[in-house]
Amino acid sequence: MLDIRNLNARVEETEILRNLSLSIKPGEVHAIMGPNGAGKSTLGNVLSGRPGYEVTSGSVEFNGKDLLDMEIEERARAGLFLAFQYPVEIPGVSNMEFLKAAVDARRKHLDLPELSSFDFMKIARETSKRVSLDAAFLKRGVNEGFSGGEKKRNEIMQMMLLEPNLCILDETDSGLDIDALQVVAEGVNAMRDGKRSFIVVTHYQRLLDFIVPDHVHVLAAGRIVKSGGKELALELEAKGYGWLEDEVA
Amino acid sequence: MSENKAQDFQQLALQLAGNQTSAPWLDALRFQGSEQWLEANWPNRRTELWKYTPLQALQRGGFSTWASAQKHTLDDNATLKLEAIRLVFVNGQFDAEASSGADAAVVRFSQASEQQQAIIAENLGKTVDTKRHLFASLSNAWAQDGVLVHVPKNTKLDLPVYVVHVSTPEAEAAIANTRVLVVVEEGAQAELIEHFISDNQMQNGFVNSLTEISVAANARFDHYRINLEEEHIIHVGGVHIQLQRDSQYHGFTLAEGSKLKRIDYQVTHLGQGAHANLNGVYLPRNEQLLDYHTNMEHVAAHCTTSEVFRGIIADNAKAVFNGRIHIHQDAQKTLAELSNKNLLTSDTAEIDTKPELEIYADDVKCAHGATVSQLDQTSMFYLQSRGLTKTQARTMLSFGFINELLQDLPQAAVREHLHEHLTKLFAKEYFVS
Repeated sequence: MLDIRNLNARVEETEILRNLSLSIKPGEVHAIMGPNGAGKSTLGNVLSGRPGYEVTSGSVEFNGKDLLDMEIEERARAGLFLAFQYPVEIPGVSNMEFLKAAVDARRKHLDLPELSSFDFMKIARETSKRVSLDAAFLKRGVNEGFSGGEKKRNEIMQMMLLEPNLCILDETDSGLDIDALQVVAEGVNAMRDGKRSFIVVTHYQRLLDFIVPDHVHVLAAGRIVKSGGKELALELEAKGYGWLEDEVA
Repeated sequence: MSENKAQDFQQLALQLAGNQTSAPWLDALRFQGSEQWLEANWPNRRTELWKYTPLQALQRGGFSTWASAQKHTLDDNATLKLEAIRLVFVNGQFDAEASSGADAAVVRFSQASEQQQAIIAENLGKTVDTKRHLFASLSNAWAQDGVLVHVPKNTKLDLPVYVVHVSTPEAEAAIANTRVLVVVEEGAQAELIEHFISDNQMQNGFVNSLTEISVAANARFDHYRINLEEEHIIHVGGVHIQLQRDSQYHGFTLAEGSKLKRIDYQVTHLGQGAHANLNGVYLPRNEQLLDYHTNMEHVAAHCTTSEVFRGIIADNAKAVFNGRIHIHQDAQKTLAELSNKNLLTSDTAEIDTKPELEIYADDVKCAHGATVSQLDQTSMFYLQSRGLTKTQARTMLSFGFINELLQDLPQAAVREHLHEHLTKLFAKEYFVS
């Protein structure tokens, strides 16, 4: 599914990712944890093609294709999805119009017929119910005036509508109360079908009680310093990150 | 050098105006207009009202004739799908075949009854300050045909009046004058849609267009003015509105698309309790120049103004927005708000915005503000990361910027037409990325 090899990336003049390698097979859930400034969010941004994030060396293969050679929208259409840590508010652009354009683009890529406005509306309403968002949100501006939790649920709703192959959740749990966290986790778990893969970037072990990962990686200073199973997350929760830095040093 | 050329245009235009034939009862206004036009100082860089809008394009235009009746080649989609009293003018000349619907309240000057002639003579040219609005005097000098909308006391026009001005190619660069006079009597109500279009990008022409609106006590007037003439048309337009006690004016205007468009709105609150609401959108691109000057004259007390203008300026284009609110000494308890926001979508786009407040009364509430911003890169990335192309993302964000003004337009035909038109416009590739 995804094969990252010796990836080096920088933002402006600062090197953030250093020789990062990671391989993800279909159906796997990988959690990425690590202290602030380790490069966790940078990884998601680099993979989705965010301007300003420059790859200096290394390669990323996504379903057999050179991901780094693709435009932002091509990556999305090919099934890569990034749930933003800070979803953007876009007043004046209706959520419904935006979601339909996104789904149309994805379906076109998959050679599926475009949904009629009526059919799309039905699906969008059902999906909004699944993430406990009032359907009235669909008519509002994109994330306009949404609370933090509503924005995150809107991200999960987009993920459900777009049915991506690889989902990157960038600290989707930050700032969520337990109820909202469960809604998000249920959404993700419902989408685990043995083929779809996930990268779950998080600061807290809490989310991983609900979304149980196959692998846990610790990112520090731009590279993976330790990998393990789900029990690694518990160890980190108990001991913090300090001992790892000692271990690496 | 420019002085000479300017005089040339002034004299040339006057000569052309003098060649127009009209009914004798318009002679007095035409004579007065001719005098004022000839005596007026031609605007230059030091003329405050024209500081950012050079008229070289007009001087270089080589206008040697006036526009004549031509067949236009527009299809049905170019105009609104709307049940209305429809009057179509092609290059300033009435096109009976393309027009439809009738109402006793709507008549062309040339067809006016004696009673209507009296109304025209009494009102035409009376709402315009020609000292401030140079091209109004040319319009007066040229006064020939035009549209009178006269709504009698306590009546409502069932259908909107829809006036279409089409510019179509002439053999030589030509001048067209268009004129609309609206008189809404006490307690009456009506709606007017003015729609300016051209059917050929390469055509050279000058449209001088003047609309005067007089709204009597307790009356209401809704007004749309859509300026979509393309690249080589020069448009100078004026809309002058006088509001009497407790009357209402609701205006919307949009302009895009040509090398020079200058549009002036002047609203004068003459009676207490009058309300004006004016919203506008300007969308210059390529090398275009688009200039809106609005002037709210609050003469009477207890009046309100709400004014919102949004501009999206692309490529090497330039926009000018000057919004003046003038509160006279007796205009106590005035509430006036003006907001102007601009979005620049290229590094070479330019906006000169100037909100002006002049307040001579001491108990008023006025707010004004202007902002200039660029396309938000994070929003662009967000939309693209969901599979939208750069063009789709830019179209969506551009719409988002002006949607507040478009989505609530009460007239569905205008709303839908503009939505379709602007979707195409925003999707066009910009030559500066």
